[in-house]
Amino acid sequence: MSEEGVDLKKRRFLTATTAVVGAVGVGFAAVPFIANWNPSERAKAAGAPEEADISALEPGALLRVKWRGKVCWVVHRTEQMLKDLPTLDPELADPASEVPQQPEYCKNPVRSIKPEYFVAVGICTHLGCSPTYRPDVAPADLGSEWKGGFFCPCHGSRFDLAGRVYSGVPAPTNLVIPPHKYLSDTRIVIGVDSEGGAA
Amino acid sequence: MSSMMEWIDERFPLTKVWNEHLAQYYAPKNFNSWYFFGSLALLVLVNQIGTGVWLAMAYKPDATLAFGSVEYIMRDMDYGWLLRYMHSTGASAFFIVVYLHMFRGLMYGSYRKPRELLWIIGVIIYLAMMATAFFGYLLPWGQMSYWGAQVIVNLFSAVPVVGDDLSVWIRGDYVISDATLNRFFALHFLLPFILAALVFIHIVALHKVGSNNPDGIEIKKGPKGNKWSPDAPADGIPFHPYYTVKDIFGVGVFLILFCAVIFFLPDMGGLFLEPPNFEPANPLKTPEHIAPVWYFTPFYAMLRAVPPMFNSQFPGVLVMFAAILIMFFLPWLDRSPVKSIRYKGPLFKIALGIFAVTFVVLAYLGLQPATPAKTLLAQIFTALYFAFFLLMPLYSKIDKTKPVPERVTQ
Repeated sequence: MSEEGVDLKKRRFLTATTAVVGAVGVGFAAVPFIANWNPSERAKAAGAPEEADISALEPGALLRVKWRGKVCWVVHRTEQMLKDLPTLDPELADPASEVPQQPEYCKNPVRSIKPEYFVAVGICTHLGCSPTYRPDVAPADLGSEWKGGFFCPCHGSRFDLAGRVYSGVPAPTNLVIPPHKYLSDTRIVIGVDSEGGAA
Repeated sequence: MSSMMEWIDERFPLTKVWNEHLAQYYAPKNFNSWYFFGSLALLVLVNQIGTGVWLAMAYKPDATLAFGSVEYIMRDMDYGWLLRYMHSTGASAFFIVVYLHMFRGLMYGSYRKPRELLWIIGVIIYLAMMATAFFGYLLPWGQMSYWGAQVIVNLFSAVPVVGDDLSVWIRGDYVISDATLNRFFALHFLLPFILAALVFIHIVALHKVGSNNPDGIEIKKGPKGNKWSPDAPADGIPFHPYYTVKDIFGVGVFLILFCAVIFFLPDMGGLFLEPPNFEPANPLKTPEHIAPVWYFTPFYAMLRAVPPMFNSQFPGVLVMFAAILIMFFLPWLDRSPVKSIRYKGPLFKIALGIFAVTFVVLAYLGLQPATPAKTLLAQIFTALYFAFFLLMPLYSKIDKTKPVPERVTQ
């Protein structure tokens, strides 16, 4: 093909604009494919706040509530358990809950709204296993210093009864406290709080 | 017959392709047993696609049906157990063969100029294999499928700022769920075809530069003329029939071992199929000990070896991905004047030996529950793993090499 009489500047301009417009088109066309991977409306609905009745929860007992398919725990802590919590501070990585793993209203020494009820997401902050509830004091496998808490069987992370992580274990942070609020003295809702915020 | 071939050749270059890639493709005449693993990898890929398509005809990618459909294939369908075990054993066999294939490359310097792109395409194939295997492992929807995927997808939530949204996007839900299973099935079906395309590109690149050999000598640069052609390299022999026959022998040996595993030890004592995976997935109950399948454990051990920093898992995730990405740079890290280990000095031999041991030890550590002693070991071996690559420009340069002969040896 002869190049004679061809306006090369115009050709380069047309090539460049065609390429740019084409790339923008590809970008827009990619949006539905990428957005399609987001949780569906059904999945989002299944992730709605979850109510639980805690009237039958005995002191020392743990209740499992499923919220967004995750296990959430409600633990009714005894007087003794609450008394033991501050004594563990030196062994913990973040005793004052400086890392924002909880809503502001739970950033206190017992990490809860009402001291006796502890609510947490039962998923280890290391790699997402579910720790086991070990309220027993000084069991053989966890040592004589154990004052009750949560032990992750996957990689050995330890948490106290306020979900605070021990130092020197694989988990980097305290357990997550979900947004929650009390509807009455015996009813609790997980996934939404009094400020209306949902996680 | 010949008029038939003429008819085809006028329309499709069949004879030309046959000659260029088989009958008149001259490969070095000194290949040894390490050269079986390339063709074996291709065989296993064909096995995976064949058995995989058949399994997909009865498998249900649905969280309520998946586990049951796998058991149905195993118990109620004619030879379903065989197809499934061929597929699950094939996954492990694929990695065994590819690890040996890669080790061959390390020994004989097959990543060196002019084969840098060949090596890089190979690493991309390895990445695609790992992705395929990861998606596939969720499909039986057993306890280890579920929790293994949980751990791996959570790696992405360690990415700063966008991590949580990213992991929700990958799962399509806030937890591993039916949505995740269904899309992993689609991706597991798609990726093998991309893998096959990458293998095609790998072979195109190989036939452009020609095969390396245990001496690391470029036969194309050597003298010309052999008994088949005056222009072909003197040290080359036609791939067909010489290496096709050799590879068929390799296939025979491989199939004996492969069938022995399928028939007598399909779970390989918990290595190929992990015991918790015989229990349906239960989001509310974590198995006692989570470990990925053996071929991922060297990288898993490195992930666990790095302690959290700045309240984040991210450094460990970075180290794990860096362990794979560093392979891309290998062609430029080796500064030795020779390619093959036969003419390299003691430093490289020791380094490669330590590296092989390191890989096996890390694989073992990744299978074990973490204890302080084992974590320390994993840290030491992670350092050794990276030292092999990062110190290579140094030790490969000062190493005392032997002179390389003009022609290939026996």
